[in-house]
Amino acid sequence: MNNSKLGFINKNRRELGMFGLLIALIVITSWGTRESGVQALFESKFLSADNLKNISREIGIYGIFSIGVGIVIITAGIDLSVGSLMALLGVVFLYFVTPPDTRPDSFLAKVIPEIPWFAAILLTLLIGTAIGVFQGLLVGKLKLQAFIVTLCGLLSYRGLARFSADDTSINISDSSQNLEFLRFLGEGSLSDVLSNGNGSGFLHSVPMSFIYLICFAIFFGVLLHKSVFGRYIFAAGRNELATKYSGINTNIVIACAYVIAGFCTAFAAIPFCIYTGSVQPATHGAFFELYAIAAAVLGGCSLRGGEGSIIGILIGTAILIVLRNMVNLFGYPTPLSDAITGGVIFVGVMLDQHGVSSIKKIFAKRRVTGN
Amino acid sequence: MRGINKTFPGVKALTSVNFEISKGEVVALIGENGAGKSTLMNILGGVHQPDSGEIKVNNKIVTIKSVSQADSLGIGFVHQELNILDNLDVGANVYLGREPRKLGIIQKNIIAEKTNPFLKVLGLDISPDTPVAKLSIGQQQLVEIAKALSKEAKIIIMDEPTSSLTLSETDKLLNVISDLRDKGISIIYISHRLGEVSVCADRVVALRDGENAGLLAKDEITHNSMVSLMVGRELERTTNTNGSKIDQTKGFETKDIITSTYPNKKVSFKVSSGEILGMAGLVGAGRSEVAQTIFGVDPNLGGLVYIDGKKIKRGSAKASINAGIYLAPEDRKRTGLITQFDVSMNVSLASLENHSNGLGIINNESEKTTANEQIKKLNIKTPSAETPVINLSGGNQQKVVLGKWLSMNPKLIIFDEPTRGIDVGAKAEIYKLMRRLADRGVAILMISSDMEEVLGISDRIAVMHEGNITGILDREEFTEENIMHLAVGGSSES
Repeated sequence: MNNSKLGFINKNRRELGMFGLLIALIVITSWGTRESGVQALFESKFLSADNLKNISREIGIYGIFSIGVGIVIITAGIDLSVGSLMALLGVVFLYFVTPPDTRPDSFLAKVIPEIPWFAAILLTLLIGTAIGVFQGLLVGKLKLQAFIVTLCGLLSYRGLARFSADDTSINISDSSQNLEFLRFLGEGSLSDVLSNGNGSGFLHSVPMSFIYLICFAIFFGVLLHKSVFGRYIFAAGRNELATKYSGINTNIVIACAYVIAGFCTAFAAIPFCIYTGSVQPATHGAFFELYAIAAAVLGGCSLRGGEGSIIGILIGTAILIVLRNMVNLFGYPTPLSDAITGGVIFVGVMLDQHGVSSIKKIFAKRRVTGN
Repeated sequence: MRGINKTFPGVKALTSVNFEISKGEVVALIGENGAGKSTLMNILGGVHQPDSGEIKVNNKIVTIKSVSQADSLGIGFVHQELNILDNLDVGANVYLGREPRKLGIIQKNIIAEKTNPFLKVLGLDISPDTPVAKLSIGQQQLVEIAKALSKEAKIIIMDEPTSSLTLSETDKLLNVISDLRDKGISIIYISHRLGEVSVCADRVVALRDGENAGLLAKDEITHNSMVSLMVGRELERTTNTNGSKIDQTKGFETKDIITSTYPNKKVSFKVSSGEILGMAGLVGAGRSEVAQTIFGVDPNLGGLVYIDGKKIKRGSAKASINAGIYLAPEDRKRTGLITQFDVSMNVSLASLENHSNGLGIINNESEKTTANEQIKKLNIKTPSAETPVINLSGGNQQKVVLGKWLSMNPKLIIFDEPTRGIDVGAKAEIYKLMRRLADRGVAILMISSDMEEVLGISDRIAVMHEGNITGILDREEFTEENIMHLAVGGSSES
């Protein structure tokens, strides 16, 4: 193997390892859900068109906000407000696209007008981004601790969501304007555009949210790994002071990460609330911030900052979703799913940090003391 | 210690090294960075184990497997980076891990009682319940020594104890050392500052490349003899090469600059193009603050800055960098470099705009080319431009900091303690580089606490005391006494 190849493996060791884990999970799940025989591997429940469609839709939505959180983590920050923000924005978005008389009886429901779908999308994105700007300025400029700022966000956005929905679930109403089109944006797939809904086959069943994710990944991948701004993100996360001493306004760079997170969350909130069809404000998006953090950390982002990659975050997200799917398909009790996910993340990260060699070392020591 | 060998993966750190010290003796251990001083002392202090060789304490062969074992043998280690918890008080630090307690409750008054005598011996006029955060670095150093004494240390190892002390604190420490010697305690003194070594050492042991390089008895200790032992050859001192291309019509000037540490004092001075202005003073005199304020990382509280007679915009590091004012800061690892980034990324960090297109996408080719140019020009010893700078030696790291600025268009470069923690050979290279830059027309401001360096390199010397410039010396007035006089607040007339 030549040097450049070795360099590639060294540089992307974490991503490659986690990709291996993902493949292993896919193989295990396919094997466990196959009908019978080896040939049937490709006809397993896991690899069925419907299941693939479902998990890729989920990967799409989770991936988008995980990218936002991942970028914040690379600046050595944290964003805990994602799940609550998704609930708040879900409520707001559904209000925008439903007639006021079908809404519950709450203050916000009376104030928010019904507006055209594109304005609803734009406004929702705008509100999410504005909240990102607010949190970004508090963390970047005023140097408040990210954990505290976004923890307050986690509590207040959830509270606001519940208050504005009168703590009842808000449904996407049949009287919504352009319901068909919104459904397409939220939970449709490529076939709806390619062949008027009649197409079949692999490409045709790719859900829209997965396509959004690919666009996000390309855009933020270039931004993070190829652009000057991305270099500043890594630099500020590694050593903010030295970055400042190189003439870079780290306050702004760090604030921007939270703006990106706000935007990504808002963007994911829209297809998510359409897909779920209703927003139960007390539970909608609950724990999503933690899934995002898990995905980012699995994918190689360090909570100390300055480390991570978009491709890693994608792999991390995929691992989370496939794991959950596996628990479902294997028929384990759903409540167990988080426990299993937690265990696998722990083992994965542990192996990555200390490697197989450390396990060998433990055994080697045993042998010595055994003698 | 006899015939000590130690190998680290890939490096033979020590080869048959011998070292001895008698009761009540001060032995200075000198050598360039990487000569093996710290390894040898870490073996004595129980941090590392030797591959072979024997250690005798009071004529008894001992193996020192851990720091606590070293403690019980009476070997105390005062590390270069202070191992002190500044959220605790003095007594708690001295008795950390050995707190006298009753039913698990710490007996504070007993700690105070026990700590007091040690503080007195060291001339520390503070109470044991003073929070360490309130002490100066010098006092904290003494608290560490108190800790060693409280463990009944008979041998105290001091690793670069004066590297962050002011001149008066250094004097105090040297006094403490001779007091301790008179009390029969042996001291191993590791330092790059040969001036101090010649003052306090009874004997000098030099290491070079992990081997014994020679011994000097008390009356043989001179600057030149020590340097030649360390580097293995007589090193010509880079002195008295006066700036030949000083152009007083050009360069840098600042008027009435105000720093946040001394908000009611104003500082004005000039550095001509081609000139090296040394800036001396005690630690805390406000020199670094002046540098950081000029550079724009400290808040702009007023004052003007001119380059070549033109007033420049102030208020951010970006504005200063655009005007060609660069700072090579005091603490390389904290503020000068992103140590986990590679050489190339560090060199380009401040000038990425020059290596990117209109969309802000970085051109890797151009970035790498610039880095390789600087590696060549500055003779940076690194396997490649993609090596993380954390793997380079101190001298080469400092060169990477310079590479960052030299790839741009420097008018004034401020060097804040440019050779701290850098070995003798690399120091000489940095000095030559500064002179070369000056000869190219760059104005250079060099802040340094190393007296030899200030006297040897500067064309003029500005001395600061508590936020004021108390005097500016021309070359014919260069003496250590003149500098000290101004540094403690005397005016230049008296």
